[in-house]
Amino acid sequence: MSITATRAEPTGAAATRRGPGRDLRRTSRWHTLRALKGAAFAAPFIVGFLFVFVVPVGYAVYESLFSERSSGLGIGGQERVFVGFDNFTRGLQDGAFWASVGRVLVFACFQIPLMLSLALGMALLLDQLATRTAHRFRLAFLVPYMIPGIVAALMWMYLYSPRLGPLTGVLELVGVDADFYASEMLWVSMGNLLTWHGVGYNMLIIYGALRAVPREVFDAARVDGAGELRIAWSIKVPFVRGALVLTGMLAIIGMLQIFNEPLLFRQVAPETVTKSYTPIMLIYYQAFDSNDYGYAAALSVILALIVGAISFLFYRFTNRAPS
Amino acid sequence: MTATRRRPEPGEELPVGTRQSRFSRILVLVGLGALVLYSIAPVWWLVVSATKDQRDLLYTNGLWFGDFNLFQNIEQVLEYNDGIYLRWLLNSLLYATVGGLVGTLIALAAGYSISRFQFPGRGLLLGAVIGSFLIPYAMLTMPLYLLFSRIGLVDSVWAVLIPSFISPFSVYLAKVYTDGAVPEEIIEAARIDGAGELRIFFQIVVRLMSTGGATVFLLSFVQNWNQFFLPLTMLRGEDKWSLNLGLYFWNSKRVEAGVDLTALVLTGALLSVIPLVIFMVAMQRYWRTGVTLGALK
Repeated sequence: MSITATRAEPTGAAATRRGPGRDLRRTSRWHTLRALKGAAFAAPFIVGFLFVFVVPVGYAVYESLFSERSSGLGIGGQERVFVGFDNFTRGLQDGAFWASVGRVLVFACFQIPLMLSLALGMALLLDQLATRTAHRFRLAFLVPYMIPGIVAALMWMYLYSPRLGPLTGVLELVGVDADFYASEMLWVSMGNLLTWHGVGYNMLIIYGALRAVPREVFDAARVDGAGELRIAWSIKVPFVRGALVLTGMLAIIGMLQIFNEPLLFRQVAPETVTKSYTPIMLIYYQAFDSNDYGYAAALSVILALIVGAISFLFYRFTNRAPS
Repeated sequence: MTATRRRPEPGEELPVGTRQSRFSRILVLVGLGALVLYSIAPVWWLVVSATKDQRDLLYTNGLWFGDFNLFQNIEQVLEYNDGIYLRWLLNSLLYATVGGLVGTLIALAAGYSISRFQFPGRGLLLGAVIGSFLIPYAMLTMPLYLLFSRIGLVDSVWAVLIPSFISPFSVYLAKVYTDGAVPEEIIEAARIDGAGELRIFFQIVVRLMSTGGATVFLLSFVQNWNQFFLPLTMLRGEDKWSLNLGLYFWNSKRVEAGVDLTALVLTGALLSVIPLVIFMVAMQRYWRTGVTLGALK
């Protein structure tokens, strides 16, 4: 029995650890029995995991090989037929699907760096404060994160509303005529909403990484005469690079699956936010609007592969870059 | 995160050797102030709006109070459509609490098992747990909908509860916590004293893991409270909806039917947020460690 040592004590409890506590006199049969008992603790999870993860993924792949076809003159209703990889060829050639993927990725290229810069800025500013003050500010920054995504989206939809929201009026005062629901502004509106809602969470991770750096490093730089800005840029940022890579990756994975916010904005701007605005919206409407489960399943498999590929590339790319 | 991490004392002043000019200190505070304003102002607007009636919402300044109608609004929210709002609130609590509790227990057992026992397939299990983070939720929810409709679970509370029992992220967190908080010596000692494995788990491991368990529960509670896609897909009858789904529906009705439910939606949104925010502020120590730990490990 070997215990893999971890690097940190999450609860702060000073748990002592020791090497393999194997007693050689015990028989191997006894060990097998104990291992089986140990595995039994994981059994409820394994059964549930099979039911809620493995079977659905398998079923999605299976379903993607079938299609609903109207039989004969369309009188006999729908009929399920095996179509092989037809759904996949159709998906790979589906302009609307790739447009939705591209739309989301382009959006991600703007929104994610902005949000992460803001989160990094928050973390660096907090780091300049005495601990107790920093904690008060941190709590304020986390308020948006405590609000459910749907409620946050609803709230901003009203804030953007030309009739009800204060934003249009405030911007008019400074001479800007903004229509947040207009098609060219919609990504800006949605980007601001996502940034507002997500920045606290990312700040928390980056700030956590920053506080884990031994303070002596910064003190040494100060003794050497480095200014605070220089320390922030040349020492603190490189130290939290890992956290930035991770938050960036999580944000990209989340962005490829964006659904709630555009669905809500569809209520106010249905011409702009079409049924194929984002990949998941397209899949959702294919399944539950057009009842084309096979095609929706094929698209979800393709999307899963895209998510996997992009995560892999992002990880390789950012890990290779010189620090 | 290493053992060299130093916890600053509460109230500790700026690090030694900091030579911040008055100007840069002011700059830092201005930056922080602007960011606080950005984070809080929208919530302030929601609070103010929930106190206004339909007319004041349209004709008064959004950032300051008009006639104080908060209690009338709350009454309206609670009475609308035979008190369906309360029903949604209870449903949300049910999904979040039961889903969170059962999910946490399952996750603690699985995390303990992966952390402390060598059984065949252990590596595979851990790999599957981590790999599943990458699966798009639509890829799971849709086939799950088809499966649940075959066995007649669609449009029942189980369609939402069962998937929330199984959280790979919770298992991963529970494993990390077990690695750190459960000394092997105590378990060995209990075994030598003749305690059975079940008893060791429930009487020793679960107690040692109280902090970790609380964190796992909190994070899954919040996740279950916030979920939208799963209930949207699975639930038809509005008596089983969660608050999120109900508010979404009220909002779509507001726009579609031309009935002005604005005050209803805004007050309902505020009411749905308050318990969660209080809960999270009170418990912030737990979920904060969970978020950073889960991300940085």
